[in-house]
Amino acid sequence: MKYLDEYRDAALVQSLSAAIRSAVTRPWTLMEVCGGQTHSILKSGLEAFLPPQVSLVHGPGCPVCVTPIELIDKAVALALRPEVIFTSFGDMLRVPGSAHSLFDAKCEGADVRIVYSPLDAVRLAQSNPDRQVIFFAVGFETTAPANAMAVFQASKLGLANFSVLVAHVLVPPAMAALLESPQSRVQGFLAPGHVCTVQGYEEYVPLAERYRVPIVVTGFEPVDILEGTLLCVRQLEEGRAEVENQYSRVVRREGNVAAQRMVREVFAVSPRTWRGIGEIPQSGLQLRDAYRGFDAEERFPLSIGAVREPEVCISGLVLQGIRKPQECPAFGTACTPERPLGAPMVSSEGACAAYYLYGRRNS
Amino acid sequence: MAGETVKNFALQCPVELPSDQRIVMAHGAGGRLTQRLIERVFLPAFANAPLEERHDGALIQPNGARLAFTTDSYVVKPLIFPGGNIGDLAVNGTVNDLAMCGARPLYLSCGFILEEGLPMATLETVVASMRAAALTAGVQIVTGDTKVVDRGKGDGIYINTSGVGVVEGPFTSPARVEPGDAILLSGDIASHGVAILSVRDGLEFEAPIVSDTRELWSLVDALFRAGIDVHCLRDCTRGGVSSALNEVAQARSLMHQIEESAIPVHDAVKGACELLGLDPLYVANEGRFVAWIPAAQAAEALRVLPEGAASIGVVLDKTDPLVVMRSRIGGSRVVDMLSGEQLPRIC
Repeated sequence: MKYLDEYRDAALVQSLSAAIRSAVTRPWTLMEVCGGQTHSILKSGLEAFLPPQVSLVHGPGCPVCVTPIELIDKAVALALRPEVIFTSFGDMLRVPGSAHSLFDAKCEGADVRIVYSPLDAVRLAQSNPDRQVIFFAVGFETTAPANAMAVFQASKLGLANFSVLVAHVLVPPAMAALLESPQSRVQGFLAPGHVCTVQGYEEYVPLAERYRVPIVVTGFEPVDILEGTLLCVRQLEEGRAEVENQYSRVVRREGNVAAQRMVREVFAVSPRTWRGIGEIPQSGLQLRDAYRGFDAEERFPLSIGAVREPEVCISGLVLQGIRKPQECPAFGTACTPERPLGAPMVSSEGACAAYYLYGRRNS
Repeated sequence: MAGETVKNFALQCPVELPSDQRIVMAHGAGGRLTQRLIERVFLPAFANAPLEERHDGALIQPNGARLAFTTDSYVVKPLIFPGGNIGDLAVNGTVNDLAMCGARPLYLSCGFILEEGLPMATLETVVASMRAAALTAGVQIVTGDTKVVDRGKGDGIYINTSGVGVVEGPFTSPARVEPGDAILLSGDIASHGVAILSVRDGLEFEAPIVSDTRELWSLVDALFRAGIDVHCLRDCTRGGVSSALNEVAQARSLMHQIEESAIPVHDAVKGACELLGLDPLYVANEGRFVAWIPAAQAAEALRVLPEGAASIGVVLDKTDPLVVMRSRIGGSRVVDMLSGEQLPRIC
């Protein structure tokens, strides 16, 4: 299949693997930022093609994983209101809150529906004028344009029964926060290709310069990830710290300007709390004043109880690349996809889920 | 954020375990929760030898006859989908469960649960499909039942069918799987599940994909006639190919190794799965099976099976109940049983 098979080509993988081996002279720790990349690495067994000097640690790029537990609790409380149709991307449903997930709420009789596009939620609001339709607007820069468009459309349509619960986060501030951390081991980044499809990679240049760290915009297929690794290792070996674009078949320097304009129209940059990591300044998006009327948190004042995170869960350390999933004492025992303690065990982009699904007993 | 010290987490698990306390959708998804439900609730309650074989159907031997007996219920939304409808599934599914026991399907029962207000024309369409499917499979629907539930209490039509077949050759069963057996797949996978998704409310997408629903007895019969010593058969319905392989790997405690590049997936199906974030190995099929046969007979079996069938792997001489897959690029990974339902991803 075009655009797929050529990026999963065994011969190409072998030659990239050989190129990395010949380029590397000492140990390097790289972080792939996006959970989609983590899954691809585990799913195709990519680590076997890397020399022992190169170690990949997994980054925070899993929108489901970093959505604060308070917002999961709020989502569950909103979903349980009888007048509400709560819509979400499928990934969010299994994520545990303090006591319940959206799946649990569905079991309790809540009207929780999976949508593929936030615009489907807008249509649902149009066809159910007597119900309140709430969309869980989570994600990185990747989902922000479509979520912004949904609010924009709802505003144009004058829909009084549509609102969004916003949990948007941004990648560059999180990378800066990781680099500031004294525990950080990361020497180079494979930046998230799809985030850069929207945003371009201009904003990564100051990061590379300030922290003297190579950043390679990287795709998601095995060949992409090995090529990104090769470019990153070459920079490190040569003492360079630049932004390079491996994913040039999709990503342009300036990104998708029309999408960025839509995001700026609806959202403003704001501080955000990241689950397991804490508050990071200017690392999220919130609705601009002109669209505040579509904020579910304002429309439905909520008081939720104190949040509870399971103490044993080390998902924060996993999300920062400080620990690997199997180093968690609960991994595969107290914490499994059926009984998750932390979000990374249930998300299709979560590192713990990737290790559990593809790597268990295989390493 | 948790500290790094290990505490006695078993006592303070914060999440109620809904999957143990009430029924959740994943109990019906054919994956790990389904297995656990069977093990914890049904097996202890109904314990008997044919049930404990845990096959697609039971082998019963009244008065020396060798019969296979099975039952299945059909709930699908929408009722009519590209390539078939609930009626095709209800006949083919039960016929196939019998075929997987190595039994020639003979007679079916049919129980309808209809929702008040269902258009008669819809029922007639479904029944016409059942008639056609029964004719193709060479079975007769010899007894039945009809119940009607209040409007809003069902999805139009639920169907249960039970079936009886006669085992003429050896009973096929996981117990007969041996190290060295070739693992064959009867055709390309995942088109049924993707066809259903393509027309499901809210997820409509244009795809030239039709369900693979079909009867499988004619293929199994062809294998027997060609003298193939079929050890075990599994149709890859809910939970997909992965569940079929994992069930047998676990039942027999033998490691299965498969090759990603050998698994046939139609390009349109592959594309849809890539877009939706689904793994074809976990997507439901309604007309595909896995066969375990002696490696020496693999080539002959592939000659008998329709074009598109493939040898996808081998049973290893390792007592580890695990399915491992060599990826297209030569890496290796575990193919786990489906946990919960497959959900569309965010981005």
